[in-house]
Amino acid sequence: MAITLTQAAADRVEKFLANRGKGIGLRLGVKTTGCSGMAYTLEFVDETLPEDQSFECHGVKVIVDPRSLAYLDGTELDFTKEGLNEGFKFNNPNVKDECGCGESFTV
Amino acid sequence: MALLQIAEPGMSAAPHQHKLAVGIDLGTTNSLVATVRSGMSNVLLDEYGHALLPSVVRYLPDGKVEVGHKAQAQQSLDPQNTIVSAKRLMGRGISDIMDIAHLPYRFVDAPGMAQITTRAGVKSPVEISAEILKVLKIRAERALGGELTGAVITVPAYFDDAQRQATKDAARLAGLTVLRLLNEPTAAAVAYGLDNAAEGVYVIYDLGGGTFDVSILRLSKGVFEVLATNGDSALGGDDFDRRIFCWVLEQAKAPPLNAEDTRFLLTRAREAKEWLTDHMEAQITYVLTSDEARGEVINLTLSSGQFNALTQPLVSKTLSAVRRALRDANLTVEEIKGVVMVGGATRMPHVHLAVAEFFGQDPLTNLDPDKVVALGAAIQANILAGNRGQDDLLLLDVIPLSLGLETMGGLVEKIIPRNSTLPVARAQDFTTFKDGQTAMSIHVLQGERDLVSACRSLARFELRGIPPMAAGAARIRVTFQIDADGLLSVSAREQASGVESHIVVKPSYGLSEDAIINMLQTSYASAEEDKKARMLREAAVDAERLIEAIANALSKDGETLLDVQERLAIEQEMKQLKTTIQGNDARAIQTATEALNKATEAFAARRMDVTIHQALTGKNLKTLEI
Repeated sequence: MAITLTQAAADRVEKFLANRGKGIGLRLGVKTTGCSGMAYTLEFVDETLPEDQSFECHGVKVIVDPRSLAYLDGTELDFTKEGLNEGFKFNNPNVKDECGCGESFTV
Repeated sequence: MALLQIAEPGMSAAPHQHKLAVGIDLGTTNSLVATVRSGMSNVLLDEYGHALLPSVVRYLPDGKVEVGHKAQAQQSLDPQNTIVSAKRLMGRGISDIMDIAHLPYRFVDAPGMAQITTRAGVKSPVEISAEILKVLKIRAERALGGELTGAVITVPAYFDDAQRQATKDAARLAGLTVLRLLNEPTAAAVAYGLDNAAEGVYVIYDLGGGTFDVSILRLSKGVFEVLATNGDSALGGDDFDRRIFCWVLEQAKAPPLNAEDTRFLLTRAREAKEWLTDHMEAQITYVLTSDEARGEVINLTLSSGQFNALTQPLVSKTLSAVRRALRDANLTVEEIKGVVMVGGATRMPHVHLAVAEFFGQDPLTNLDPDKVVALGAAIQANILAGNRGQDDLLLLDVIPLSLGLETMGGLVEKIIPRNSTLPVARAQDFTTFKDGQTAMSIHVLQGERDLVSACRSLARFELRGIPPMAAGAARIRVTFQIDADGLLSVSAREQASGVESHIVVKPSYGLSEDAIINMLQTSYASAEEDKKARMLREAAVDAERLIEAIANALSKDGETLLDVQERLAIEQEMKQLKTTIQGNDARAIQTATEALNKATEAFAARRMDVTIHQALTGKNLKTLEI
């Protein structure tokens, strides 16, 4: 069971955390919503819960709750630019189908 | 696939529910758009990597509209159809525009706002500004990958209602939802996080391309209050270029220049100025093209010392404006907690040094002075769009004048005092003045004075259907509520029956900054006079209430309980009091009221006896004890 960040993603997360001035890491999760059933969430972490799983990648602490981990195992988080837009992208091997915009998915 | 941003803990939005909000600095010379992504405020770039969009709009012969760098490049070739600095015209009539003779446009005087005839027809400054906002909106939507929820647009602190309304109209025309208009100096302070800093007074020194503004802000409990503003609408970085340009002409003893040479030499002058920010001297080289001097070469070296000496008068001018602002705010340099530098021209080392020396402290400069206003606006937009927790909600606005309503005697009862932070809601209970009164007129007023006639009337409405009761028995709760945009709604509700009535008003509409200041000053100056007037009105109201009650009693029981002599005595006192009310002596009215009260004591006692007698008649002791 593991979740990884690309170097680009890790650099960004570190920069955002430094700018924010607080926070211990990055939380990845899924919630059941959206047009294809599941949606990704990406949040700063101020406190962890006892059941949380944590990983370390390129110096960034990644935190996932066990329910989400079932859907996210093997995911690589990347940071990319597309035209003028830029942001984080989930490369998730568990996904079978995505909605047109890619904001939600099914496994 | 969609690209995600990091949200605050617990604030992840559902898919397709992202609230994309931007901050827009709609400047006189340049405009910018910024947004907060993953908790960080960033200026959005166009496809060429430019952050600044020159606030220049050109109407082309083929009906298209060009905005920004392209339009700017054609400015001198097509001056009548290329509009620069439309911001100076926002909400202004022709008579308000000072240097109209120097502008190359064909003006049309329209009611309220000057308009310009272009080859695309008559355009108002609102439409021209909307073109700039449209370009920024498209840039933002492409960068954020979705439609915008809304925008915070910045305006100078001294903008009056007409200018603010014009800015809002321009945004609506561009298809933008305005979350809020934010004062530029406040936005700069927010960008530096001063809203989370220690309370105190801050100075925002904003030297832009063509304008200079200084604002003094007081931060208390997370609220910025503008204490004073000053500046010079015709002083900016361009004037520094012009000083270099004139110096070059003087040194080179150049013959009169043609338009092209003038334009290129001005560009050289600007480049030299920018070079001197990091270097000790700048080279200015140019080959003239005019008929009289074709091929003549200008080759000069300008040292930073020379440049400083040339432009020192301009720097001194800004500092005089700062001094005036401090004097208006009644503050000394020692009371200033921090100084924020805004505008590209503040990069010049001698400007920085002069400001640092004046205030005896180093100004804040670590954010890009061109971008700082947009960055602050983006932070505010992000909060207003709901992308952060409720605790972070900034309260940045205060109401400039108290709000209240008219009570008996033409007096104003203040419900929301001035400088209350928005949003705010206050309620107060009122009652009826006459027996059986079934309606109440509610007159909403703005101002600091005690008399209705000296305040500004905002709205009037009526509460009808109050059940008939004795005077003073009804309980009518009047609630004043102002939302974050300054929209006031007033409601009145009779508590027993639940009848309700309400009205919505824009409180500050049509009041300029000057008018507000004027109203405040008269209120201070006339406090004593107001107090006397209030006493007089209150005495008169009390007297009228007594006369009313006695007249009622006389018509009911006057025949049965009083002999002719007694009745005459009471009527005599009533007449006396009625005459006194017409006068201006509060004391005399009070004395006459007491006299009437005394004259009717016996009558009142007899009426009481009769009432008790009636109440007791036909009842035995047993029922009375229960």
